[in-house]
Amino acid sequence: MELIVSSIGFIANSAVDVLPIAIFLFAFQRLVIGGPMPNRKQILVGFLFVVIGLGLFLAGLEQTLFPLGRLMAKQLTDPEFLQAVAGQGASALVWQDYYWVYLFALAIAFSTTLAEPALIAVSMKANMVSGGAIGVWGLRVAVAIGAGVGVSLGCFRIITGLPLHYFIGAAYLVVIVQTAIAPKMIVPLAYDSGGVTTSTVTVPIVTALGLGLAEAIPGRSPLLDGFGLVAFAALFPIISVLAYGQFAAFKNRVSKSDPDERDPEQENNHAL
Amino acid sequence: MKASLIALARDAISSLRDLLPVVLVITVFQMFVFHTPASGLMSLAAGGFLVVAGLTFFIFGLRLALFPIGEGLAHALAKKGSVFWLVLFAFALGFGTTIAEPALIAVAAEAAEVAAGADAIVWSAESQNSYALGLRMTVALAVGVALVVGVVRILANWSLPIMIISGYFLVILLTTIAPKDIIGIAYDLGGVTTSTVTVPLVTALGVGLASSLKGRNPMTDGFGLIAFASLTPILFVLVYGIIVQWS
Repeated sequence: MELIVSSIGFIANSAVDVLPIAIFLFAFQRLVIGGPMPNRKQILVGFLFVVIGLGLFLAGLEQTLFPLGRLMAKQLTDPEFLQAVAGQGASALVWQDYYWVYLFALAIAFSTTLAEPALIAVSMKANMVSGGAIGVWGLRVAVAIGAGVGVSLGCFRIITGLPLHYFIGAAYLVVIVQTAIAPKMIVPLAYDSGGVTTSTVTVPIVTALGLGLAEAIPGRSPLLDGFGLVAFAALFPIISVLAYGQFAAFKNRVSKSDPDERDPEQENNHAL
Repeated sequence: MKASLIALARDAISSLRDLLPVVLVITVFQMFVFHTPASGLMSLAAGGFLVVAGLTFFIFGLRLALFPIGEGLAHALAKKGSVFWLVLFAFALGFGTTIAEPALIAVAAEAAEVAAGADAIVWSAESQNSYALGLRMTVALAVGVALVVGVVRILANWSLPIMIISGYFLVILLTTIAPKDIIGIAYDLGGVTTSTVTVPLVTALGVGLASSLKGRNPMTDGFGLIAFASLTPILFVLVYGIIVQWS
């Protein structure tokens, strides 16, 4: 019963979020493009599905994943738990003792990224545009690996207290090198996938993990060090998607003896 | 009708598969690391059902509405041939969808608290509110500008890697002079701004535009708008932090 009430609340909220966008799009069509919206009925039904779907999705997450994720982030960063695992006092904890944190960060960021609706949308589009050359599942797994590794590394940064921009700077150097050598068709998609990972599902859990860690570790301020994890989750997928493109191109090169004889059309279809 | 139902059922199966990894991770950690038995299984199952149903409906609606409307408007605008309206549309879409973004409102409020705690602004509800509003306006402006730059890039056929990489170079440069307490927030805001409804619309806009222009490849030219939308908020917020610190 309570769940039904909360679902209705979430659906109302998502209607409030989506309605202005829908009104803007319809008004723009009517006033600037001129004439009625093509397929108006289909689009209205679609918006209804988007609103109800997003509402139910968030209501369900608030009931299951968010409290569990927050609780687990809290339990993991609880000094008592950490000391019990390491078998020593808080002052003697070194960064290696936090291995459960790294593992949890990796696993939870990987799995929540796979469930991210915005990423599903972009993968569907990339699959359509590339004529099936880019697999929906392959791209999403590549992004999820990047997000997992990124968040795990972000936890390492909070624990060691190293400056954020060292990591960001180093990662961008890697991106620059990869951009120069990766197949051209994957580059824009890879850049996009950074922003796409960090959305509805991943951000609340990753933020809870960051704030919990910064609170638990002596000498860290939750306000200063708790932020920054999302940046890791947004950055590392660029590297992993570029690597995915490089790997696919490499496989393609191995299977074909003379790379100069490939015709570009075919390369597009088989590269990824 | 029957075809729609089959499509819906297929979406439901993919949703189940998409959510399975999260369920596995949570279960394994609960059982083997924390040794806490699951409690309230009924409520978890009900919530899980909602998540699957919600994701299914969303993906279904995405195909019916968000993709076609984004691409349709891009085609119509390209056919109209007016750069002015295209740029205005891109800016309004970016600014409008960001200013009301709930995640942004939450982070901006937290950031105001950080700034007050670090004595960057006066510790009062009033100055915190105006700081948070300023931050939201800055980010919304940044996303609007991002989409404009991204659309103009598609029209003018500029190189995306050069633009993005020099953008991040600027980010790192600004990081060295920005106040310390804004850095983490600025970096995080880049990821927060791109919401679940905006991403499909913006992607469809870029791909639609690139496929209706001659000599553009939707794969290499159509993507990249989201990349700008996650870059400019970092830049703009760092600048905002520097300005607030000076004044």
